[in-house]
Amino acid sequence: MSNPLSMLFGKSPIKQLQEHMSLVTDCTAELSDFFQAAISGDWPRAEAHYDSICSLENQADDLKRELRLQMPKGLFMPVSRSDVLELITVQDNIANRARDIAGLMLGREMEIPAPIREEMCLLVEGAIAVTRQALRLINELNELVETGFADREVDLVEEQIHELDDKERSTDVLERTIRHKLFAVEKDYHPLDMMFLYDIIQKVGGLANRARRVGGRLQTLVAR
Amino acid sequence: MTLFAEYGQILIILACIFGFFMAWGVGANDVANAMGTSVGSKAITLKQAILIAMVFEFLGAYLAGGAVTATIRSGIIDAGAMVDMPHYLVYGMLSALLAAGIWLLIASVLGWPVSTTHSIVGAIVGFAAVGIGPEFVQWSKITHIVASWVVSPLVAGIISFALFRSVQYLILDTDDPFARAKRFIPIYMFLVGFLISMVTMVKGLTYVLSDSGITLGMGHAALLAILIGIITAVIGIYFLRRIQRNPEQEKHNRFYSVEKVFAILMVFTACCMAFAHGSNDVANAVGPLAAIVGVVKSGAVTNTTAMPSWILLLGGIGIVVGLGTYGFKVMATIGKKITELTPSRGFAAELGAASTVVLASATGIPVSTTHTLVGAVLGVGLARGIAALNLRVIGTIFTSWLITLPAGAGLAILFFFFFKGLFG
Repeated sequence: MSNPLSMLFGKSPIKQLQEHMSLVTDCTAELSDFFQAAISGDWPRAEAHYDSICSLENQADDLKRELRLQMPKGLFMPVSRSDVLELITVQDNIANRARDIAGLMLGREMEIPAPIREEMCLLVEGAIAVTRQALRLINELNELVETGFADREVDLVEEQIHELDDKERSTDVLERTIRHKLFAVEKDYHPLDMMFLYDIIQKVGGLANRARRVGGRLQTLVAR
Repeated sequence: MTLFAEYGQILIILACIFGFFMAWGVGANDVANAMGTSVGSKAITLKQAILIAMVFEFLGAYLAGGAVTATIRSGIIDAGAMVDMPHYLVYGMLSALLAAGIWLLIASVLGWPVSTTHSIVGAIVGFAAVGIGPEFVQWSKITHIVASWVVSPLVAGIISFALFRSVQYLILDTDDPFARAKRFIPIYMFLVGFLISMVTMVKGLTYVLSDSGITLGMGHAALLAILIGIITAVIGIYFLRRIQRNPEQEKHNRFYSVEKVFAILMVFTACCMAFAHGSNDVANAVGPLAAIVGVVKSGAVTNTTAMPSWILLLGGIGIVVGLGTYGFKVMATIGKKITELTPSRGFAAELGAASTVVLASATGIPVSTTHTLVGAVLGVGLARGIAALNLRVIGTIFTSWLITLPAGAGLAILFFFFFKGLFG
């Protein structure tokens, strides 16, 4: 039955943004176990983790496509449509990056040299922490709509964005330390391996960077 | 007239049947829209909604439905010019009831969005303009009514926008929304009680108490309305006291307990909405009936004869029966689709729509409750309170006007000539 009142309510994109971000966070979190397996040289176990990363990334992709299809032009929202669409792209890029890292490492069965192992694990955990903080931010969207984007709530979000930035900055520092340490020992290893290892370090740092961008997008979404 | 002496009884019985059928249709379709927001936000259960609707639709129809009924009965057609042909008015009103009722039935079966108000107004204008003559239609009044169809959703939108903004300022955007909610929500409850009783006393009761000769001065009415408003708020405070914080649920949603407080308020606004709906929409069914009874009983067209209150009673009962036999099903369907509306915004939309409709009722203007409610919800949306609203619905509303008005008119013209041929 076409009833104007029941037709009036569109499907909220916010719930889907949150579900998507939660998938992305799960996907990134798998990197932790993947790295443990890779460091101990247990490649079959690493492959299992890589598979679950890929499956989570695929699920996130499907959700992204679904959301895009469910955002007709006639939808009236408290946030701009293009902001929502960009936000989902930014979120999705995090998962893509996690899959790339695991894929490259698995494909080359890359070894992490002992001098940087500890810091490397810290860097991965750091990047995951930034993603978790981004998820916390996205979950704040509920309360933002609930209060009709009240100033107090917007301030709260701003605070959490600062926290996100701080967390990302600490991964930057870590990334530099690792590169420095690796530079000292790189001549002891095969040059090609080292080239790819630098690439991985940069990509993990980039993971945190992409998670940080969620905060930036949210800021433009909230401020109007 | 000999016609009325011969067929008077039959004509009145026919009118009662058609009027009751129409009232049944209002109860079966429209009430669901008025109550759907409350059910959808889970502030009240389906059973509670039916109970509230039955009581307050009836009260609204009986206590405050008089003014709009008078408009439908004698405000659209220039009855004064029809003294020579009272039987045409009877045929016309019969056809209008039948046309609107049948059109509503067809449209519901086919799933088209229609409005009871638009069907009946279209039908009356149709038979009068084509069957009798365009000069018998009070076009200025029609312009008024049609303009109100655009204005009423706008007004409702503005009121609910302001209401939600006040909620944001007073309750949601504060350190302790739960405590503030308990403190400020009785004010909104007072507004509900005041509004309903004021409209009832100033406008509605004149039609009910016209026989007894009791009249209330404006000052007395206002005082009494304030008193009733305070009583409403006190009842509300009693129920608010029983709401406790739920820290477990607040972990998932910080505003869980606050919404529980608003859910109590929504019980009150649901009553207000049902009352408003009853006061405006009962006229669609009993207005034509009142016209027919008036003409047949007195044998002439008069504007002055008082309307018997049993007519409003019949309409009220018809609405309740319609709700009980079919309307509850529609209500359940709509409630399932409106889940994005939490009590804190559902109440703002309902109170905005209900006050607009009740004021329209007081001034005797038939408006569409559903369209007014859509306007009110959009108002809350403009205050950034709802995650996603489908604006295409505005187009649907315009289309429903374009379809319903000619359809109601066409059917009414058809029936008018049929009755004219039958009774002469």
